Amino acid sequence: MKEFVLTENLTKRYGNVAAINELNLSINQGEVFGFLGPNGAGKTTTIRVMTTLTKPTSGSVQIGGFDVVKNALKVKKVIGVVQQHLSFDRDLTIRENMEFHARLHHLRPTERKRRINDLLDYVELSEFADRMIETLSGGMKKRAAIVSSLLHKPQLLFLDEPTAGLDTQSRRRLWDLIRQLNTDGTTIFLTTHYIEEAEALCGRVGIMHHGQLISLGTPMELRKQLGLVTVETLVDNKKTHYQYFTDRSAANLYAQSLPPETKTVIVRDSNLEDVFVEKTGEKVGDT
Amino acid sequence: MFDDLNDIYSVFWADLRNLKRHWQPTVAGSLVLPLLYLAAFGYGLGRNTTIYGVSYLTFVIPGIVALTAFSTSYEGSSFKLQVDRIFYQSFDELLLSPISLGSIVAGKSLIGLIRGLISAISIILVGVIISPMLMISPLFIFVLIVSCFVFALFGVFVALVIDSHQRMSTFNNLVIVPMTFLCGTFFALNQMPDAAKAALYTLPLTHSSECLRASALGQPFPWLSLMALLGFGLIFFVGSVVALKKASV
Repeated sequence: MKEFVLTENLTKRYGNVAAINELNLSINQGEVFGFLGPNGAGKTTTIRVMTTLTKPTSGSVQIGGFDVVKNALKVKKVIGVVQQHLSFDRDLTIRENMEFHARLHHLRPTERKRRINDLLDYVELSEFADRMIETLSGGMKKRAAIVSSLLHKPQLLFLDEPTAGLDTQSRRRLWDLIRQLNTDGTTIFLTTHYIEEAEALCGRVGIMHHGQLISLGTPMELRKQLGLVTVETLVDNKKTHYQYFTDRSAANLYAQSLPPETKTVIVRDSNLEDVFVEKTGEKVGDT
Repeated sequence: MFDDLNDIYSVFWADLRNLKRHWQPTVAGSLVLPLLYLAAFGYGLGRNTTIYGVSYLTFVIPGIVALTAFSTSYEGSSFKLQVDRIFYQSFDELLLSPISLGSIVAGKSLIGLIRGLISAISIILVGVIISPMLMISPLFIFVLIVSCFVFALFGVFVALVIDSHQRMSTFNNLVIVPMTFLCGTFFALNQMPDAAKAALYTLPLTHSSECLRASALGQPFPWLSLMALLGFGLIFFVGSVVALKKASV
């Protein structure tokens, strides 16, 4: 597959602190790539550099063959960005915000109108199009933000924590939308705190910690590195202990060998959350 | 060139839309203070006073027009920009779009220009009714447009450079409010000590007041002040572009 994002020794320093430290990463066209990491790991800084909002200290980022520093305007034409905070103008309706975005991206009037109507239909927001942004639910706002970022048909869509703070139904609805966009050919770069979201959506994930990429691969590859089966035991009714095994028979043998007073023994498939915790030393949600 | 103008209008479009929706309270709010100044200084304190051969009321109206142009244009372009940039972070929408930083700065200043013009013209209409001696010439209108544009660029510059609402408030109290009173709006600068006069000539409102008053009262026009005003505009424009570039470092 064709490489669409390429970072080489990408570094961003704030004083003596490296928010991104020598990041080397490539993302192929058509991929859904998940970027995980605790708060302060460097995820948002990486997105800001990739989307031209922040300049790197050293190293480079190429998007669609364009350098983000030297060809920022060209990069902006091929990317769409949905930030964690909504970048809508609160004094405008959804339709007006979308028109504003379309104007800024040089869409002609007839195309503007058609794309706005089509995309609002696509996410079932047509009947709310003329309502002020603040009157919508969180899920509606996010859907509106995503389709707004699609108006200029970006090849690469950055989604920074797209489902943060949403209820389960809204989250699943957004997952379907993201899958549909990817099926339609959009490459997606996603950051999330929800491990199940990364597992549900991403072909590959990278785990960032203290500005460094500490793990990279498909969810299955990362689970294999750790061990596909996990044994959870509760020690002294206080602390849960995790052991990882390559297969279920080895895990069962270990579980049976535990002293009878060991409480709450669970044998289960390991998941990305286990990988995340083991790699970063932080539990998801503690961050 | 046409693309740049189109981009500038695109940036302006959202602010214009907002103004259309809220134009009545916006315009009414910006007129209260200038009309109070006119009543207090023009009618209250200076009703029976003459200065340079004209009544103080006639003398002070161009100053109040300059003050109105200044405060409304500055506030019109700075307030929402700062809120959008710092509080809502919706200013990123502009930074993520494929348009030049110069177009962003020019586009964001246009709302200040329009709001300043609306308020200043309203005061002028009141002014010519109560003081028919005022001459509203093409030169006066030209200076007014230039003044509003320069003050709007000043607002954009300040909103991009100052990084918190608290500092913005402090800046307004320490710089903007004294400027409105001291920059030749209510009195002639000749009455000030030389050092104070020199300091006041470093501020754009002083030059705007002098130009508007001279053209409205038929006095010799201070072309140097007009050049200085244009120079301030250039400095604020370039300063804003540099501030945007630095914001991405």
